[in-house]
Amino acid sequence: MIMEDKFSKTDIQKPENIVYKRTDLLVDRPLSYCPGCGHGTAHRMLMEVIEEMDIMEKTIGVSPVGCSVLAYDFLNIDMLGAAHGRAPALATAIKRMWPDHFVFTYQGDGDLAAIGTGETIHACNRGENITIIFINNGIYGMTGGQMAPTTLPGMRSSTSPYGRDVPTMGHPLKITELVAQLPGVYYVTRQSVHTPSNVRKTKKAIRKAFELQKENKGLCFIEIVSNCNSGWKMTPVQSNKWMEENMFPFYQLGDIKLDGKLVERKETVEKE
Amino acid sequence: MAKIKGDIVINTERCKGCEVCIAACPFTVIQMSKEVNSKGYHFAMKVNDECTGCTNCALVCPDGVITVYRAKVATE
Repeated sequence: MIMEDKFSKTDIQKPENIVYKRTDLLVDRPLSYCPGCGHGTAHRMLMEVIEEMDIMEKTIGVSPVGCSVLAYDFLNIDMLGAAHGRAPALATAIKRMWPDHFVFTYQGDGDLAAIGTGETIHACNRGENITIIFINNGIYGMTGGQMAPTTLPGMRSSTSPYGRDVPTMGHPLKITELVAQLPGVYYVTRQSVHTPSNVRKTKKAIRKAFELQKENKGLCFIEIVSNCNSGWKMTPVQSNKWMEENMFPFYQLGDIKLDGKLVERKETVEKE
Repeated sequence: MAKIKGDIVINTERCKGCEVCIAACPFTVIQMSKEVNSKGYHFAMKVNDECTGCTNCALVCPDGVITVYRAKVATE
């Protein structure tokens, strides 16, 4: 049901005047994510790129374990579910079987940076010609907001209720910077999806990664810093603001590796 | 003199009321409703005529419920 309000103008609402609508490559059903979660926007940008490049018949995605485990329910392309953290290994197999297909993995930080660290690093080191999309919200969202490897120092979670204490709980893992060092990786970038300009940049980055995959350049790694308002115990708007103030100084947005060469960046100071 | 006018249609049944679109709109066209949809969420609705069809709200909407229209309309 779509409610007509008194300000809508029927003379503008014509099919030829549509400038933006939800892509048909997303299945027409409600997403299972919490209100305000960045996963929905990331899904849509990914599907828009696939639609624009007209490669939906030739794209195979690998969904992880985590909040986005049900991605195969929403993305109207061929999808496979991998064991926890093993998406890059499965994507390797698919890509080697069908080198002319586009293969991507869509993973969260608990999947890619915790249990799947080995698979991620080795797939990156082998330079498999796949695209990895990594959603980093600094928390285990699906299981109830536990501390993840990417949780910031001092950040509260259900297993670090007084904040992450670095001497006992360790430092946050910057896996994106880590894989950027590996020679097999061709393009590494960190983006976000909380404002319109960041959404546009993310879409460009995903498009670039798929174009590079077409040219067999090597592995492309896109980190999307996202919010988890349920896990962070905030409203969506508050969580986006908190993310800008706290996540971005530590996880700096921008390209990290372009054309196989590391981009010079200012060193970030770790907040204690 | 032609002027660019925009319009949005919000699928209120799919809206989860996260209010991200309100922060993204440069002309405060969107506000939350007093009523709730069948899932119990307050949904976003258009409250004035200022829309230019910039698509900002639709881009940030996590659930993709907003359709944006844009057209040139003649003004006297």
